[in-house]
Amino acid sequence: MATEARSIATTPRRYGWLASKQSRERLQRGVAYLILSAVSIIYIFPFYWMVATSLKSDQEVFQWPPAWIPAVPRWENYPAALQYIPFWLYMKNTFVIAILSVIGTLTSCTLIAYGFARLRWPGRDVVFIAYLSTLMLPFQVTMIPLYIVFRHLGWVGSYLPLVVPTFFGSPFYVFLLRQFYMTIPNELSDAARIDGCGELGIFWRIMIPLTKPALFTVALFTFLAQYSAFLGPLIYLTNQDQWTISLGLQLFKNMYGLQWQKMMAASTLTMLPPLILFFFTQRTFVEGITLTGIKG
Amino acid sequence: MSVMGIRIERGHRERRWRELALGIAFISPAIIGFLAFTIYPVLMALYYSFTDYNILQPPLWIGLDNYRDLITRDKTFKIAIWNTLYMVVIGLPIHLVFDFLMAMLLNVKIRGRSLYRTIFYMPSITPIVATAILWLWIYNPQYGLANSVLQALGLPTIGWIADPFWSKPSLIFMGMWYGGNTILIYLAGLREVPAELLEAAELDGANAVRRTWHVTLPMVSPVIFYTLIINMIGYFQYFTEAWVMTAQRSGAAGGPLNSMMFYTMYLYQNAFQFFKMGYASAMAWILFLIVLVATVVLFRTSGWVYYRSE
Repeated sequence: MATEARSIATTPRRYGWLASKQSRERLQRGVAYLILSAVSIIYIFPFYWMVATSLKSDQEVFQWPPAWIPAVPRWENYPAALQYIPFWLYMKNTFVIAILSVIGTLTSCTLIAYGFARLRWPGRDVVFIAYLSTLMLPFQVTMIPLYIVFRHLGWVGSYLPLVVPTFFGSPFYVFLLRQFYMTIPNELSDAARIDGCGELGIFWRIMIPLTKPALFTVALFTFLAQYSAFLGPLIYLTNQDQWTISLGLQLFKNMYGLQWQKMMAASTLTMLPPLILFFFTQRTFVEGITLTGIKG
Repeated sequence: MSVMGIRIERGHRERRWRELALGIAFISPAIIGFLAFTIYPVLMALYYSFTDYNILQPPLWIGLDNYRDLITRDKTFKIAIWNTLYMVVIGLPIHLVFDFLMAMLLNVKIRGRSLYRTIFYMPSITPIVATAILWLWIYNPQYGLANSVLQALGLPTIGWIADPFWSKPSLIFMGMWYGGNTILIYLAGLREVPAELLEAAELDGANAVRRTWHVTLPMVSPVIFYTLIINMIGYFQYFTEAWVMTAQRSGAAGGPLNSMMFYTMYLYQNAFQFFKMGYASAMAWILFLIVLVATVVLFRTSGWVYYRSE
């Protein structure tokens, strides 16, 4: 009898009410709700705290215990923050660099991924593995010689060191695009070839239109990575007028006396573009990450 | 060009050459990029690491002096290695386990799952500098949110990043806040675990813990391995958060008693603040070797990773 009880799940024996599948699942869901809600509150709270601080008065910021809600929201902290640093200039610079990088990445990585995914040539897979393995190389190893080269070229203090390399491919995005290209049936390309279409034609007329979601994913990832990049701009943007917003936010911290409300106001505004972008593109994000994550 | 005496048909050979040429043409940006932005700088970094080089004067060959000084004399270098290993050995597992647990919870079929997913993902898309500044404020020892929470719970307050003992745990805790990317990768892996297998295990009387241990974990082990490798390399390069939180106008960084001086921060300082390019290059190569060895060790000991296709 004991073996029977073990093998037949519907037999409620050992755990009383917990033995039925439905009540077990209900308990599971309840626990999941509870923990997720608790952790979610912890996750959201820093955001709330940032916005709350950005609307506080001087006294409220340095009040102990802290005021949970500003008595009178001081919206004037925002214009003050935007004047304290050249916020819009830094935003513009950030967008220029990010958009140029998106163009560079899309141009180079689509071609490279096509070459690795859709063309058959001797040695292809070995070359691809070698190319991918450069992902393991810490950025710091190439950082110094590249800085010296760009300095010789007179590029330090311009956007060129940040943008030009994106036109020569990035293993991560090549990998991602290759995954997408591999899913497209070969018959399509073969039919086009029989019709006398060249490889570039196939690439441009079949592959690009069919992989628009993938291109969008890569564009998003590139944009966000460049939007929040720090070390690269820190090294190359020696001219303060060319700074990105990530460098600019530091100005609040380094000035005499920390201006917490203004700093939080500027941080809030800096976080907005990626968050807005995310809300409109959630699906793409999830798909992109799903594809990059696994299925090697 | 006949191989082992086998005559290759001429048309066939020509076609292979054409295929090769076409393939190379398409990936030519990668080849140029690989040579210009990887091979050349890696080799030059090796050369500079044997020199004394301040950019203004040509590099002066000094053999292994940089390496010797780093290993035998430089105290900050040792602190930076220790701090970085702290993050890799303690921070990385905490981060991965927490993210996995969150992914497991988000995988339970509940209402509002996509809202939770959004909440967990949001911090990881916000710019790291803004995040670091926000947490600098949260961790403020006098007026910060973190201490007010401790106080509300009746616990003693602590110095957070102002205290050498708590500074690295503070960074690890902060890092748990933006693990959304890893959570999403785990979630994708969990979705691929065949429901039949879990049901079969349940029919056999396996409880939830055993099902997770014997079915779910092996099935997602390739994903865990991937996040382990990627995040490990990331932790070895830990920089922006600690830099933003500790950098002073004077150029000094690293926090109290250098407790937040990480490898890449010290490397950056040597290269771009002290202009010791050769010294920093030696550091870069040592980092490269450490990451390489750690990666090889992980691959060698990856017997626990289960690939379904095998």
